Amino acid sequence: MSKTARRLLLLFAHPAVHKSRVNHLLLSHVQSLPGVTVNDLYEAYPRFLINVAREQALLLEHDVIIFQHPFYWYSSPAILKQWQDLVLEFGFAYGKNGTRLHGKLFLTAISTGGPSSAYQRSGSNYFTIRELLAPFEQTARLCGMTYLPPFVVPGVLWMDDEHELASYASTYRRALEALRDNTLDVSEIIKLDTLNQAMALLPAS
Amino acid sequence: MESSDYLFQTFIYLAAAVVSVPIAKRLGLGSVLGYLLAGVIIGPHVFGFIGAAGGDVMNVAQFGVVMMLFLVGLELRPNVLWRLRGPIFGSGTLQVGLTAVVCAVVALCFQLAIGPAIAVGLILSGSSTAIAVQSLTEKGWLTTKGGQTSVAVLLFQDLAVIPILAVLPLLGAAHPATTTAPHPATWFQVLLVLGTVSAIIIGGRFLVSPVFHLLALTRLHEIITAAALLLVVGIALAMQLIGLSPALGTFLAGVVLAESEYRHELEADIEPFKGLLLGLFFVSVGASIDLSLIQSQPILMGSLVIGLLLIKAAVLYGIGKISRLENSQNFTFSLALAQGSEFAFVLVAFAVNNRVFDQGLGDRLIAVVALSMVAAPFLFTANEFWIQPRFSSRLRQRQPDEIDEINPVIVAGVGRYGAVVARLLNSQNIKTTVLDFDPEQVDLIRKIGFKVFYGDATRHELLAAAGGAQAKLLLIAIDDVEASLGLVQLAQKHFPNLNLLVRAYDREHAYRLIKLGVRNIFRETLESSLEMSVEALRLLGFGAYRAYRAAHTFKEYDEETVRVLAEYYGTDEKDFLGRVRKRVQTLDELFESERAVSPGPDSAWERPKAAEKPEARSQEPGARS
Repeated sequence: MSKTARRLLLLFAHPAVHKSRVNHLLLSHVQSLPGVTVNDLYEAYPRFLINVAREQALLLEHDVIIFQHPFYWYSSPAILKQWQDLVLEFGFAYGKNGTRLHGKLFLTAISTGGPSSAYQRSGSNYFTIRELLAPFEQTARLCGMTYLPPFVVPGVLWMDDEHELASYASTYRRALEALRDNTLDVSEIIKLDTLNQAMALLPAS
Repeated sequence: MESSDYLFQTFIYLAAAVVSVPIAKRLGLGSVLGYLLAGVIIGPHVFGFIGAAGGDVMNVAQFGVVMMLFLVGLELRPNVLWRLRGPIFGSGTLQVGLTAVVCAVVALCFQLAIGPAIAVGLILSGSSTAIAVQSLTEKGWLTTKGGQTSVAVLLFQDLAVIPILAVLPLLGAAHPATTTAPHPATWFQVLLVLGTVSAIIIGGRFLVSPVFHLLALTRLHEIITAAALLLVVGIALAMQLIGLSPALGTFLAGVVLAESEYRHELEADIEPFKGLLLGLFFVSVGASIDLSLIQSQPILMGSLVIGLLLIKAAVLYGIGKISRLENSQNFTFSLALAQGSEFAFVLVAFAVNNRVFDQGLGDRLIAVVALSMVAAPFLFTANEFWIQPRFSSRLRQRQPDEIDEINPVIVAGVGRYGAVVARLLNSQNIKTTVLDFDPEQVDLIRKIGFKVFYGDATRHELLAAAGGAQAKLLLIAIDDVEASLGLVQLAQKHFPNLNLLVRAYDREHAYRLIKLGVRNIFRETLESSLEMSVEALRLLGFGAYRAYRAAHTFKEYDEETVRVLAEYYGTDEKDFLGRVRKRVQTLDELFESERAVSPGPDSAWERPKAAEKPEARSQEPGARS
């Protein structure tokens, strides 16, 4: 396992950050980490005029690509879809010569309104989170990236306990640090359901 | 003199100005003529209110010219002055030289000796900076090409006064022994001049701003005014001491200060003094006109004045041709500078003192120059109302261009609005037929390399020739509201195939377009004001997307408001205003409710924290944090 530091690109998408509790808190815990570049898409492109060249250059400069967003209608907020549609071009991200993203790690970090228990056959959402994230997972696969298990903050609509929220935030921070410093065994953690579980296995630093 | 006497004199001057200037302005003759007539009326030959003191007043009042050149300098940035160097030295030399020669030849015909004849020529070669600049400014022509060339020539004339003063005493051929020629320039004097000029430039550049900054800290406005006056008076004094023209010195200082942050402050402080002093100056010129001389030889004096104006205007017109001024500009240029100069009064006195010629000839010269100054405002008026309209009407009568192509899009009006639209469409390879009614705009756009047709799109046959029947879109971007509405109706009636996109000049225009049934209406300033609000919100800490959505939500509401109100527009005014008020109230209520409940239009993104149990709500997966 090599110990060289990875560079992380965090694509942040939240259309109403001023009302956000969870994503805002998560972001504030990681945005000043060395080695992490935060790209706030709604801030950068309020009119959805995404600068493809800039975005592709950013992708090439980083080793870990992170999508952080609330889980709207089993998917991402609109701008992140727009970003994928425009930036992940044929010949760049996929296709015969589209190998520029090969070998990178891909992570989704989401918050969900419903609790984990809602994401199962007996729950109101029927599918598991991993199942619902299949389009992201397949996107990563097609682009030759390694899909990491998602980091999930579930049940935020009813989360009253600020300590609980804060502990999610610090776990998130430790997870990104670990990805940066290459202290996780990727081949082991891809077997898990969530990145949260992987962090629980690590001794708290 | 008693102090009440001063008060009386002041009262007379001010009263004459206050009465006659508004009358002259009302008659469209400009303030200069008003002042001059006031001077004639209160002068020794009519009411005789001012007598011997008149000359002193004129000396004081000439300072108005100095101040005026300071202000002209403030308007001219150094690079503009540098661009004018050609006209200053080229046209200026030609003008002074040629006018002096022609006038001297005429003087020779009047049996003058060669020396005095040349003196007369030189004295008459100048033009009145005071009248020309004041009138050009009043008419708004100072920044036109003709105006700029006029200023350039006037500057050269100011420069030329110095050598003329040096040469004049030598021309009194009859009395060579009594001449008092100025001392020949020694190297010391040259150094002194160079030193003073550099002091003005360096001081203006580096000293004035800090000093004014310090003075501004006192918060006493009159001290700043006093400092501005001190600056002008000081420079004038320094120039006088080294034997240069004070007007040129202050002009130079003005140019140096044109780029300083205190430029507007200086302008505002000096302006009223300049105005009053110049007025006073014109009044005293009027008072100095010797009416008895004119009465005794009316025909001779009249033809001399007309002759002088003709000669000067003809020489100027020729120079304008050489420097390739357009004809309309050339008329402005040659008529603005046709009158004699205020320096002529000084030069005549100087020449008489040096016995170049006698007092009788001197009086006549003064009368001729003063009368030519009286004639000047009429020349300006003739130019404005009689000559210039001919040029523009000739342009307006220009035949519409032959339109040789049919395109899917017709753009009517290619001013600041239409030009952007046409360019954007062109950038996407959409062919447009562009029409404009303003010949200058058409020529300008053509120079940039766009294909534009000159013509009035509101005429049926022209719109037909432009492809009205075949095109898909008609983009109307003309300024004139009535013409725009007329074009809409014309197109609706004869070319129903055309999809209309219309720029609305203002809200009222929008109402009227809606009433005509136009769907695509673009209020000209709306987008720009929204952009400004977005930036304001962002600087207040709003996220970019939030600010963008707030502005565009507002826009939607406002557009709907315009559509609702258009229905009531033009019916009953009271009813309409009532609707507006009600609509504004609704808007207020809407915002109030938004502020109170806070979800706003985008509430789905952030549902307020649920109070119910998860099981009850988890049916709705839309809103997540």
